Amino acid sequence: MSNATANAVAGKKSVKKSRHLDPQMIPTIAAVVIFILMLIMGQVLFGTYIRLGFISSLFIDHSYLIILAVAMTLPVLTGGIDLSVGAIVSITSVVGVKMTIAGVPAPLAMVVMIVIGMAFGLLAGTLIEEFNMQPFIATLSTMFLARGISSIISTDSLTLPANNNFDWISNPIKIIDNPKIANDLTFNMGVVIAAVVVVFGYILLHKTRTGRTIYAIGGSRPSAELMGLPVKRTQFIIYFTSATLASIASIVYTANIGSAKNTTGVGWELDAVASVVIGGTIVTGGFGYVLGSVIGALVRSTIDPLTSDFGVPAEWTTIVVGLMILVFVVLQHVVTAFNKKE
Amino acid sequence: MAQEKSVNNDDKTSVVKKLMSSNLTWSVVAFIVLIIICTIFDHGFLSLKWNTNTGGLAGPLITMIQESARYLMIAAGMTLVISTAGIDLSVGSTMAVAGAVAMQMLIGGANVWVAILCALLVGLLIGCINGALISILGLQPFITTLIMMLAGRGLAKVITSGQNADASSIPGIAPLRWIANGFIFGIPANFIIAVIIVLIVGLLARKTAMGMMIESVGINPEASRMTGIKPRKILFMVYAISGLLAAVAGLFATASVMRVDVVKTGQDLEMYAILAVVIGGTSLLGGKFSLLGSAFGAIIIAMIRKTIITLGIDAAATPAFFAVVVILVCVMQAPKVHNLSAEIKRKRALKAQSKEVAA
Repeated sequence: MSNATANAVAGKKSVKKSRHLDPQMIPTIAAVVIFILMLIMGQVLFGTYIRLGFISSLFIDHSYLIILAVAMTLPVLTGGIDLSVGAIVSITSVVGVKMTIAGVPAPLAMVVMIVIGMAFGLLAGTLIEEFNMQPFIATLSTMFLARGISSIISTDSLTLPANNNFDWISNPIKIIDNPKIANDLTFNMGVVIAAVVVVFGYILLHKTRTGRTIYAIGGSRPSAELMGLPVKRTQFIIYFTSATLASIASIVYTANIGSAKNTTGVGWELDAVASVVIGGTIVTGGFGYVLGSVIGALVRSTIDPLTSDFGVPAEWTTIVVGLMILVFVVLQHVVTAFNKKE
Repeated sequence: MAQEKSVNNDDKTSVVKKLMSSNLTWSVVAFIVLIIICTIFDHGFLSLKWNTNTGGLAGPLITMIQESARYLMIAAGMTLVISTAGIDLSVGSTMAVAGAVAMQMLIGGANVWVAILCALLVGLLIGCINGALISILGLQPFITTLIMMLAGRGLAKVITSGQNADASSIPGIAPLRWIANGFIFGIPANFIIAVIIVLIVGLLARKTAMGMMIESVGINPEASRMTGIKPRKILFMVYAISGLLAAVAGLFATASVMRVDVVKTGQDLEMYAILAVVIGGTSLLGGKFSLLGSAFGAIIIAMIRKTIITLGIDAAATPAFFAVVVILVCVMQAPKVHNLSAEIKRKRALKAQSKEVAA
């Protein structure tokens, strides 16, 4: 944790040198620095972190988290939150695998999975915009709904049948084939899907009207409304997109892991929030980057191997993640308070 | 003096009005309907027997009341928190941590009263950390308590080294066991303890200025600061109380089986607490609260759970069931639905007007 504060200080110094740097970028810069430091530390102490194999598995195993981080960025940018992403992963993967076992062709199962995600997004959007529920209450209830339904469908661990058409997502594609597996550079379609989602998120947020409206809502919703921006429609788009992306993350994860269970995705909303917050998106909304969230997801993903290599019991990981979110939230708070005073 | 008296009378009539307010009435109606449903499916649902082994009443309703004690605790804490326009998502994890502390200390050979005291102190400490982060640093309540929810589970696991600590075979645990399973005059002891605690909280809130201060902070912290209330103190206090009450709930939950399940103890309880508060008529936006309503809400939640079990619905469905209830209650409370009839009338009037103009 001392790294975080040290980097924050380092970040502040670099801000003073180059005046044009937005101080609100400090958390994002800190995340990048932390990620690099984590890799260097892992490499120096354990010698496995800057290998192509490590980088490959980092992306392959956590492509779902990157997608979820992009999904979570949208609501958090408006000062909201989507607590239902983990539960949507659970229900869609259980339904998808169950359908595939029953002999439904995989493409159709995937379409159904996405449709379920969309339906939950629409429900959350309706509750928030039409019935004035706070986003976290609305998505907390859709989370319970999704988790409950998925538990009704099955409480067993379901395994994808052999020769399912989910394979094309999880099959590894080698780019560099070294004699040692640890030095291979590989990726799979899951990583490609995650990359497409990141590009989509980047374009949506930084190149479209909707993106600018999202930032405007995060800055001040009343102002956005007074400016005549389509706040209501945009809120619908946000929760619709985040739930839909969650179902896409579910497809990628299910294909990679080859099975589904009703407890899949428990606590993933927290991992996604952690990624977004570590990546520098301000929890009160209005400022943040999609690419920051991707870095945040990578930082979150590197905590697991790093703590296990250090021999830290797995129970501590959640505490480390919690403390890390806390440090970043405090950091953002300090930065924004500092900005206001200026 | 005379004026003061009349003011008091006004207060009393408003209390009566509050008692008669629709939320409570609806709670009672819902409660009765649930009992009727249960009785139809299980004819012995209302039967009460005197169990000579435990020295108390036994029956489905009694187990329901026993379970409701933990909901009463967290709902009372959550009511205060929500009326400051905040939220405490960490209550479930706090329950697990408090339970883990108590069980682990008992296994380590500590005196049962020391274990109980330490569990309560740990709960209070977690509440104080939440309160400090929210009141002093000014962090958002739901982010802060979300972090605590995450870290609390980890902490519970660290305390028991990842195991589910079981203290049921430890000697000298009778007092703790009695707290969860004992009876006072035939009524479950934990329920009586919970009711007394809720009464104390209620008296503190309503007989002193505390309740009003909490509400004023919920409505507008800046304005209440200017009138001389210290919002920071109030905020800190409500989260501390919530943590302490969650620890009591954690003791109830773990002492009934003398075992803490670090993953499942207190799981989903934050949702039940929010639901109890919402059913009780406290607005999630803060500024107004009804402890009595939340207490009824807590009992209704225990009753809904009992109904689900009585109807033979798979326990796995419980979250979906509750989600539907939350959605329905919130939709019913939404101003849009409240205004719907008014809006229809207005539209009709407008139409009539435009027709007149056209004519």
